[in-house]
Amino acid sequence: MTPTARSTASAAPAADGGMLADVASSDASLRRFLHGLPGVDQVGAEARAAGLGTRSIKTTAKAYALDLAIRMVDLTTLEGADTPGKVKALSAKAMRPDPADPTCPPTAAVCVYPDMVPVAKQTLGDSGVHVAAVATAFPSGRAALDIKLADTRDAVEAGADEIDMVIDRGAFLSGRYLQVFEEIVAVKEACGPAHLKVIFETGELQTYDNVRRASWLAMMAGGHFIKTSTGKVQPAATLPVTLVMLEAVRDFRDVTGQMVGVKPAGGIRTAKDAIKYLVMVNEVTGPDWLDPDWFRFGASTLLNDLLMQRTKMTTGRYSGPDYFTLD
Amino acid sequence: MANAFEYAPAPESRAVVDIKPSYGLFIDGDFVDGQGQSFKTINPATEEVLSEVAEASESDVDTAVRAARRAYTRVWSRMSGAERGKYLFRIARIMQERAREIAVLESIDNGKPIKEARDFDVPTAAAHFFYYAGWADKLKYSGFGDTPLGVAGQVIPWNFPLLMLAWKIAPALACGNTVVLKPAETTPLTALLFAEICQQADLPPGVVNIVTGAGATGHALVSHDDVDKVAFTGSTDVGRAIAKAVAGSRKKVTLELGGKAANIVFDDAPIDQAVEGIVGGIFFNQGHVCCAGSRLLVQESVAEEVMDRLKRRMSTLRMGDPLDKNTDIGAINSGEQLKRIRELAGVGDAEGAERWEVACDLPTKGFWFPPTLFTGVSQAHRIAREEIFGPVLSVLTFRTPAEAVEKANNTPYGLSAGVWTDKGSRILSIANQLRAGVVWANTFNKFDPTSPFGGYKESGYGREGGRHGLEGYLKGTDA
Repeated sequence: MTPTARSTASAAPAADGGMLADVASSDASLRRFLHGLPGVDQVGAEARAAGLGTRSIKTTAKAYALDLAIRMVDLTTLEGADTPGKVKALSAKAMRPDPADPTCPPTAAVCVYPDMVPVAKQTLGDSGVHVAAVATAFPSGRAALDIKLADTRDAVEAGADEIDMVIDRGAFLSGRYLQVFEEIVAVKEACGPAHLKVIFETGELQTYDNVRRASWLAMMAGGHFIKTSTGKVQPAATLPVTLVMLEAVRDFRDVTGQMVGVKPAGGIRTAKDAIKYLVMVNEVTGPDWLDPDWFRFGASTLLNDLLMQRTKMTTGRYSGPDYFTLD
Repeated sequence: MANAFEYAPAPESRAVVDIKPSYGLFIDGDFVDGQGQSFKTINPATEEVLSEVAEASESDVDTAVRAARRAYTRVWSRMSGAERGKYLFRIARIMQERAREIAVLESIDNGKPIKEARDFDVPTAAAHFFYYAGWADKLKYSGFGDTPLGVAGQVIPWNFPLLMLAWKIAPALACGNTVVLKPAETTPLTALLFAEICQQADLPPGVVNIVTGAGATGHALVSHDDVDKVAFTGSTDVGRAIAKAVAGSRKKVTLELGGKAANIVFDDAPIDQAVEGIVGGIFFNQGHVCCAGSRLLVQESVAEEVMDRLKRRMSTLRMGDPLDKNTDIGAINSGEQLKRIRELAGVGDAEGAERWEVACDLPTKGFWFPPTLFTGVSQAHRIAREEIFGPVLSVLTFRTPAEAVEKANNTPYGLSAGVWTDKGSRILSIANQLRAGVVWANTFNKFDPTSPFGGYKESGYGREGGRHGLEGYLKGTDA
């Protein structure tokens, strides 16, 4: 344990003037730090999220938000039944979400299982749309570390630009924070140049206090993004959970100067919902995070509603679902 | 690119509201001309004249009280509680049906954001009618008897015109009293709309009478010989004058007066939610809230962090057109009130407190004051003692729980207080030591018809809301 612990300590951000450097030196110090973070009052957090959800976004602001949301989508298919044909179709859609309207921006990425990375990579070419791959024994995260690392390397070698890893919720919930921390550090190392998104599965972490602790843990371990859910567990992304994560990345930047991205995933299906998230980003972290580099939506069905609303804004009329491609 | 996410204006339509060029008094079920002069009511956000309203003279008030007495003896006090309850339920339902219309009118006449009128004032007012409708046939279980007092003379303030009307009228009618109510001179319109609702509900004539006017009308009402009960919400000065006017008479009195509430934040508090609570505590309704958390007491060890977060949060408050659905802070209700806020903020500067305000462009027309906080305030400062009744927060610090309690209680007022801590035992212990009518824990400015509200010390006497709210309108078991 000791050699790893020492190497992880050096992986902690340095810009905080050493403040966080010793935190990850032992399970005990990690626990002290994480449990020393300010608590989250459940009622208050949910009321704040609901309040932000009542903003009324109209006309130019709505048009801007719809395009921004499209640019933030990680268009996702994570089914056992995925085929190369489906991934090709999805990748084509990511590049040109609305074939009838060339002004429609592409999505940020497509998100697939590691074995589908080559297919996506080939289809997307140099379009600028990234390939994200879930790895580390997704979605449960219950495998030996070397298997998780092999899974990650596999995906990166196949061309993935981004890796979405899951944390070991069992370890987290039983308080083995150092183990979770070290896994994130190890996976990040295996990622090489690829960006690392750390998935908490907040539906299993249950409390907002846990969400805040997991956020800090992942940020200190060097994750580029923190992500709510796999999409396989309910509840997946919610506004209050995302609020707590946004507060965490905002506070982390205050302490370290480093920005970390946030990705709610699972269950965001409508443009109306997506806009609520953007309002929250705008008002909680400030507009610096209103960019696909710092905020993403993990979604599959959201895109078509965004397109439908976008068309409604330009034509004044709603078109039926058949006017948009399936995937 | 990132800054392009400015929210486009999302104005609520005024078309749902029909404001008449002039209004009379509502007496004995009809709108009648007043004998006094009329006065103008304006939109505080634009200074636009909305309507002319009759000023009730002493003899108008007398006519109204006689109508109320007639309705009391002949109809309302003889009616069964269940029957009275039906009328109250009907009023509550009509308020819900006409919610948008009432909310827009309240926003225009008062200057408050439509968001608050729509999501707070109107639903809470309707909830009070529903709640007291339920009590109307159960008064004998209230513990205060089931005999009404008679005619109630009620005077309400301009900060929550419709909600204060509901707080006053709903329990009075449920208990079998009839009322003559005077709304504030700057915000009479929703009370007059409520008069229309009474007509729509077929409420027997004279049960509810609305007399508009200023101080003189109010004085005529509370000192009228045939009024059995006086209920007032407003400033401590006026409350004192009313107490003097009715002293020695048989009249029963409840007063809800000013406040200078302490909002205490301990170092283990859920900080982000505490910041929300501080913002809601003082900037809700432009700070025009008698129980506003206008004195922030922060534990020294987290004071700097709380201030940083509070300022950042305040910078996201949106100020402007009250009818825009995205507006968080609306207009100050009147030029007179704006003057008082400016004056007291000036006193804060002169006393050496440090002023910080949200940088924003204020509209050129109307009455506006940006959300402001003063740090470095001590107990000896006037801004820590006097009620400002505007969006101005005074920040003090403390080191120990005992000091927090001592400072919180060191005020002539005692309407409300707040405690923020993650420790349950501390909430209970501090709440027990605070001398205030309401103590909120990890929240602030929350209202519910089932929950009693009312002051200590110079914040008045009597409770409104809940079962306790019935006491002020019943004769008591031994009568």
